Amino acid sequence: MSVTLLIEQLLNGVQLGTMLFLMASGLTLVFGVMGLINLAHGSFYMVGAYATAAVTASTGSFLIGLAAGMTAAALVGALVELIVIRRLYHRPHLDQVLATFALILIFSEGTRWIFGSSPLWLSPPSWLTGFVTLPGDTRYPVYRLVLIGVGVAIAIALYLLISRTRLGMRIRAGESDREMIGALGVNIAKLYTVVFALGAALAGLAGALVGALQSVQVGMGEPVLILAFVVIVIGGIGSIKGALLGALLVGVVDTLGRVYLPLFFQTFMPPSEATGVGSSLAAMLIYILMAVILAFKPKGLFAAND
Amino acid sequence: MKMISRFGLGLLLSSSVLTAQAEDVKIGMITTLSGGGSHLGVDVRDGFMLALEQSGRDDVEVLIQDDARRPDLARSLSNEFIQRDDVDILTGIIWSNLAMAVVPSVTRQGTFYLSPNAGPSDLAGRMCHENYFNVAYQNDNLHGAMGAYMREEGYERPIIMAPNYPAGTDALAGFKHLYEGEVVGELYTQMGQTDYAAEIAQIRDSDADSLFFFLPGGMGISFMKQWESSGVDMPIFGAAFSFDEILIKAVGSAAIGARNTSLWAYDLENEANASFVEGFQAAYDRLPTLYAAQGYDTANLILSALETAHPDDKDAFREALRAADFDSVRGEFRFGPNQHPIQDIYVREVVEGDDGEPTNRLIGVAIEDIQDVYYEQCEM
Amino acid sequence: MINTTPLSKNAAPATHAESHFDRKGLVQMILLGLLLLLPVAAYFLGHTYYVNLASRVTIIAMAAVGLNLAIGYGGMVSFGHAAYFGLGGYVAGISAYHAFDMTPFMSWPFSVPGSDSLLVVWLAAVVLCALLALAIGAISLRTTGVYFIMITLAFAQMIYYFANSWPTYGGQDGLPIYIRNTLPQVGNNLLDSSDALTYFLICFTGLMLAMALTSRLMKSRFGAALTMARLNDVRLATAGVSPYPIRLVAFVISAAITGLAGALYADLNGFVSPSMLSWHFSGELMVIVILGGVGRLYGPLAGAVLFVMMETFLGGITEYWQLFLGLVLLGVVLFAKHGVMGWLAGSERNE
Repeated sequence: MSVTLLIEQLLNGVQLGTMLFLMASGLTLVFGVMGLINLAHGSFYMVGAYATAAVTASTGSFLIGLAAGMTAAALVGALVELIVIRRLYHRPHLDQVLATFALILIFSEGTRWIFGSSPLWLSPPSWLTGFVTLPGDTRYPVYRLVLIGVGVAIAIALYLLISRTRLGMRIRAGESDREMIGALGVNIAKLYTVVFALGAALAGLAGALVGALQSVQVGMGEPVLILAFVVIVIGGIGSIKGALLGALLVGVVDTLGRVYLPLFFQTFMPPSEATGVGSSLAAMLIYILMAVILAFKPKGLFAAND
Repeated sequence: MKMISRFGLGLLLSSSVLTAQAEDVKIGMITTLSGGGSHLGVDVRDGFMLALEQSGRDDVEVLIQDDARRPDLARSLSNEFIQRDDVDILTGIIWSNLAMAVVPSVTRQGTFYLSPNAGPSDLAGRMCHENYFNVAYQNDNLHGAMGAYMREEGYERPIIMAPNYPAGTDALAGFKHLYEGEVVGELYTQMGQTDYAAEIAQIRDSDADSLFFFLPGGMGISFMKQWESSGVDMPIFGAAFSFDEILIKAVGSAAIGARNTSLWAYDLENEANASFVEGFQAAYDRLPTLYAAQGYDTANLILSALETAHPDDKDAFREALRAADFDSVRGEFRFGPNQHPIQDIYVREVVEGDDGEPTNRLIGVAIEDIQDVYYEQCEM
Repeated sequence: MINTTPLSKNAAPATHAESHFDRKGLVQMILLGLLLLLPVAAYFLGHTYYVNLASRVTIIAMAAVGLNLAIGYGGMVSFGHAAYFGLGGYVAGISAYHAFDMTPFMSWPFSVPGSDSLLVVWLAAVVLCALLALAIGAISLRTTGVYFIMITLAFAQMIYYFANSWPTYGGQDGLPIYIRNTLPQVGNNLLDSSDALTYFLICFTGLMLAMALTSRLMKSRFGAALTMARLNDVRLATAGVSPYPIRLVAFVISAAITGLAGALYADLNGFVSPSMLSWHFSGELMVIVILGGVGRLYGPLAGAVLFVMMETFLGGITEYWQLFLGLVLLGVVLFAKHGVMGWLAGSERNE
């Protein structure tokens, strides 16, 4: 259990956290501004990954693929908002859950229909492969560092967007009083479509970036979606700051738990059993974390408003 | 089998019904045709169907269903096949966990099951059954053979890794059984895991001189891709499951130099194999994997037994299967007392092929006439 | 922002709707009659497969009856009922596993052996699911709206991941039940649970009991209080009744019914796996409740029939049947608020 191992695992945790943030920020914006619970957010993650894989394969350029992936996710998001989602704003949460659950089924099966059931393999471009040596002789893959960088850059950009621009002002106004921004003459319908598409684009970006690291397959968005829900419940629904801190917390706790809990149990149990006990506990760790946080802060760490 | 030859085998979709007549033999195939690792099921199916087509028989009906690698789905499909379609023989399951969910109930209902892949230890030992035949391997075989090979090659500090499921724990137990020395670490991953950053960090942090891993299907691709860019420099070893022709082409250059044990190689020289590899390439335009070879052997074993008896005559058909009177593509093949194979295991190395793509090359024999250790627990 | 309440306005209280009695009663009779007669006919024609299919419909309907009590009558949108379904299943699986291996389930502080008796399994499943729901409900019911949805989901996921990675009972591989649990021997053993028709009748009786319980409950003072808690809990509170314990009790009963269905399901399939605990299954149960008609006594049954028929027959035609399920569901949510029963039997009297 060396220091370099710890540093490397911390970086892995932060990398998972930044990707979770990309998912969670969209979810939390949509909930904060429109009051909508959207299960289909994981589908945008998948759409982004598939579009990136397909375009990268045909153009040979990962960057063009990435741009296509984000665009495709944003377009699909806008379309879904126009056709389905806007009918749901004034509906009970139960209807929102079911309609977006239906969207998951439609997107997953539709993707399977178009692309088949086998995973697609997407690789990062050659100039992003390989590793760098960090201080303390820790070797770390370049691509994962880039993911962390992208996540941080998006977090800063979102902060600037919301605090410094006209669109951001409207989003903030929408979060605090939906009736009022209508009275102020803001076109709410358009604002909602833009916010929804923005969230979808971020999810698509996350899907494409992670897809290049792992694989692109149907249903890839669902585990991430559930984690993103945990993130925004911990962070406080509607809060971007909460989403960022929640994402990092979940990323780091999850990663370190998976590595160190089995190692901890191995000190007094045979490896196979220790892995079983350790990884069962590790899998539950973030939910336990969530329960503890909610016990003290029922509305999450940074409840936007109530 | 007219339909097949007319449309070409490649057009067969996941659920297809072929010609049927009275007194026909009905075979149900439950295999993985979608999701990660679907190429295993596709190859078992294609190898199996190729053997049927080459035999020219038109009285064998094959019903094929996709289990999507879900044990609960496989279980209900097996009930459908037995209770609704009244099949004589079931086959096709790829994964040990699915086999454990399906096989005991199938054999207890009096239906034959022939495994074209997957051989969990319980089915070879305490839960063996007279209606269950394994035509592939017991799970330990290839891993144990690699343990023996690595010991002979002088590796002293291997770190070993597998997913935490029965075939994974069997794999590492099998490896250690014939490696006999100490391993510096054992890593268990989640089944279906896609991110291996944490494991790679642990491997780097250990002072191992070699890595042995068992990550079948898509898991192996994810791992190898991430391994390549991690900068860890260590010879890697595994069973053929992590290095079949399709996986190593998806992995690319990262796989070059890896050595793996297999019960079969496409460049293995014997007559049955030559006809198989040639026929497979002609029908499907790709190199067969060992799964295709196992599917092919399974079908040929069934065909050989059908020459003697119909499955309705269970005792006679069982005897005919036990005789294993067919030309296996892997050379010599016979069953042990628990109806699992006794066979040679070969070593292959991944090299750059003539087309620049990685491919496997046979480099030797790891161990001869390997038999599983569970047959003593089997009371039949 | 203001949290909209999850209390669905389209969920009608379980009061009589006299004006529609004839049509509604007829539809309900037909539904029950078909569910009972078709499997019996299939059995005597030798089609065991369809008997088992009917058992599956019945069990899933029963699980949905449980969820309907929470969502439809109690206004508690639980996105985690798979937890109870799965726990019930695992009780059956683990009990059978130990009975098969003849090892004790636990030996400390006192010895608990496995059991292959269905009665023991059912009792244990109901009690354990009630206890789990008591713990989860006690925490979750302190929140409302979207937090309640997500917390119930998160607790179910926690149990899902636990079952997935705990190796003793198969982990992700699941746990086969090699021999179906049995009923006590009565005389010359009329009740052989491994017989498909007998098992169907057991399940059918279970479903009838669950529906009768729901019906009685909703006609009682407790049911009136629960309805009031859903519609206007401030008024309930001014009447001197705290809504929290009423909701909690309803939540626990709801979970126990779903858990019993899970135990029946495990024995039907002879197999338990974490997929019984997955959030997909929670979603499907909600879908069934909505398809059938939320807050209606026969809604879950109609929903389950429709769902399993789509799965079986549409699934036989196209691999992508879930795409069509999604479209149907979207249509029902957006345009047909009262589900299949609303469409067949007319809308119930709204508040």
